[in-house]
Amino acid sequence: MKIRATKAIMECLLEQEVDVIFGYPGGTILNLYDELYHYQDKITHILTAHEQGASHAADGYARATGKVGVCFATSGPGATNLTTGIATAYMDSSPVVFITCNVSESLLGRDSFQEVDITGIAMPITKATYLVSDPKEIPNVMRQAFAVAATGRPGPVLIDFLKNVTAPTEEIEYEFIPWNQNRSCDSIQAYSNHHDLKAPKPNLDDIDTLVDMIRASERPLVMCGGGVVRGRADKQFMEFATKMDCPVAITIMGGGGFPGDHPHTTGMVGMHGTEASNQAVADCDLLIAVGCRFSDRVALNTSTFARQAKIVHIDIDRSEIDKNILTDHHIVGSAKRVLGLLNERMDQSNHPEWLNKILSLKVDTVVEDDAILTPKQVLDVIHRAVPHNTVVATDVGQHQMWSVQHFHFSYPGQLLTSGGFGTMGFGLGAAIGAQMGNPDKVVIHTTGDGCFRMNCHELSTVQHYNLPIITVIFNNGTLGMVRQWQNLIYDKRFSSTTLDRGPDFVKLAQAYGLKGIRVTNRQEMEAAMVEALKGDCGCVIDAVIDTDAMVTPMVAAGSQITNFLLK
Amino acid sequence: MSVEKKLFTLSLLVQDVPGVLSQVSRLFSRKGYNIESIASGESNQPNVTRITIVILGDELMVNQIAAQCRKLLPVMAVKILDNANSIQREFALIKVKAEDRGTRDEIIQMANIFRANIIDLSRETLTVASFGDQEKTDALVELLQDFGVLEIVRTGTIALERGRNTIYDDNKLKEEYNYGKNVL
Repeated sequence: MKIRATKAIMECLLEQEVDVIFGYPGGTILNLYDELYHYQDKITHILTAHEQGASHAADGYARATGKVGVCFATSGPGATNLTTGIATAYMDSSPVVFITCNVSESLLGRDSFQEVDITGIAMPITKATYLVSDPKEIPNVMRQAFAVAATGRPGPVLIDFLKNVTAPTEEIEYEFIPWNQNRSCDSIQAYSNHHDLKAPKPNLDDIDTLVDMIRASERPLVMCGGGVVRGRADKQFMEFATKMDCPVAITIMGGGGFPGDHPHTTGMVGMHGTEASNQAVADCDLLIAVGCRFSDRVALNTSTFARQAKIVHIDIDRSEIDKNILTDHHIVGSAKRVLGLLNERMDQSNHPEWLNKILSLKVDTVVEDDAILTPKQVLDVIHRAVPHNTVVATDVGQHQMWSVQHFHFSYPGQLLTSGGFGTMGFGLGAAIGAQMGNPDKVVIHTTGDGCFRMNCHELSTVQHYNLPIITVIFNNGTLGMVRQWQNLIYDKRFSSTTLDRGPDFVKLAQAYGLKGIRVTNRQEMEAAMVEALKGDCGCVIDAVIDTDAMVTPMVAAGSQITNFLLK
Repeated sequence: MSVEKKLFTLSLLVQDVPGVLSQVSRLFSRKGYNIESIASGESNQPNVTRITIVILGDELMVNQIAAQCRKLLPVMAVKILDNANSIQREFALIKVKAEDRGTRDEIIQMANIFRANIIDLSRETLTVASFGDQEKTDALVELLQDFGVLEIVRTGTIALERGRNTIYDDNKLKEEYNYGKNVL
């Protein structure tokens, strides 16, 4: 059947069961938005204040729901405003399809108004980019783009339609094929043939080798990385960890892959990792890392990392093997399948002494009853007030570390944080996306005063769509994490980190039509949470904390993992 | 772990889609590496391009770049070819000043020794076509400098493995990379 090209784009989105899009219109994408107008009962469009907010929202939606996020933007500045969001999604392997429109073919490459080579710009930060210059390609490109974004190691994909492709006069042959039946569409078929793809199976010999290694090990340690979360392999991981009977360290991206309150959890590992986790890395004789990439924030010093251990790396992406850390054994495959196969083949291990030794290093969080408000008190109040399944979106810096250390995440998609790219300003957009994907859950956005200022204009989105997001600002009047480094390493020269300036966040929230509450002690914080949790509208809690509050523990960049600068 | 720099030859099989060459070459520039030579052309399969890249680098880095190449969606296979197990050739055209008969004779003799051909002749110039490995071209160019080289064009090295082995051979590594590309 022949239909309008733009209609085909919308139908292709429906094929993928897309029901929400985050975006911002503009000149070249007008045709698409015009078509969206006819589809408003099927596809909700969330208009953000800035394209960057839209990109983070689509990313947050993808992380929280496990579905593919979709984001629209126009050409030129609209497209370049997405780039931070695309890179954020890329570094944390979040499946998002970004759709931009470029100028018409006749204007392309002539430095036309709002023209930019976005497919070129996005190349290093996407799994794939498509420049569509022929309307007939639309169904194939759309189907392949979604398949690429969601499968293998997930990640962002960018499609750039030339404006003439979306012209209302363009018509193409189109047939609706649901996503789970369209695997045989031309482009996916051709692609599979090219790569000679067969039903992928992890190598069983590799798995047997690991089973033997596990049997021989006396002091094993398991690391839960982002791959467990992205692959939604939490059940398999739980069974695996139970059978291993050993300590489990969690990377920041692994938050939610394994329950943070499980007795065998040693907490976060790396720069701001717990003593238990970091000591376990140093002392173990077998380190099994599932879906993590030994970044420089985990394997701070690659030559001393897990020196006594055989390192086993389980990852879906072969190029991660031996990239940062040279490993002794690896298994390529999705966490779900590899762990599933492992669980079938391995016996129950028992390591009571080793477990006791490491778990005895765990310190219970003590929340002091100070007169001044401490970050821990703020988090403690939030933790007590909200339901267990609350989604937490963070920005980047001290509050991020405090949040990840304090909250115990129990399912994939509960923690949304920019771990790889470290994007300040990620949180509010991500919270919007998460709330759209989880209308029934409480969504908390923790942020610092520096981060919040970066994208606080998205409060208008929160207000307009009446999203009951609770933003908690850890307001220390400084770029806390940078100040912490300046405090410890730069001899207290606080170069350009003091934020002794506006706005008044309470008034700002009110100006956007939201609740704004300033708190300076525990009682006020408790009252503020009660007010915020009424859920009638978004709320900003401005929690004033000490300027010199630090994130502990801390290991300096490049140091040995047990060499704590702060405990 | 060797950090000594030497020349490596990478052979790639890629899908012929727009941007694939910049996608591949970007991985080298990203690490601050300069590509010594790059040659790209059709393969024996439709819509599949064979690229040969010569790069000066240390082994660990080159392995890592190869790994990231393999991960790219349009890249079907990557092989690092070593000099012992592969044949490497390049083609070069060298335009030399030759304004009198004596010079012309001397250049022609020299070309003969190198088994190079004269493929263009004018009253003032000769163009020598040379075929061989990089060192041979370098040696010939070096000798021709005496007469005045006007311009040179080189294809860059192309290479194939010796014997029965081909880039199409299945191996575990290829399978592992394909795992991440699976869209089925």
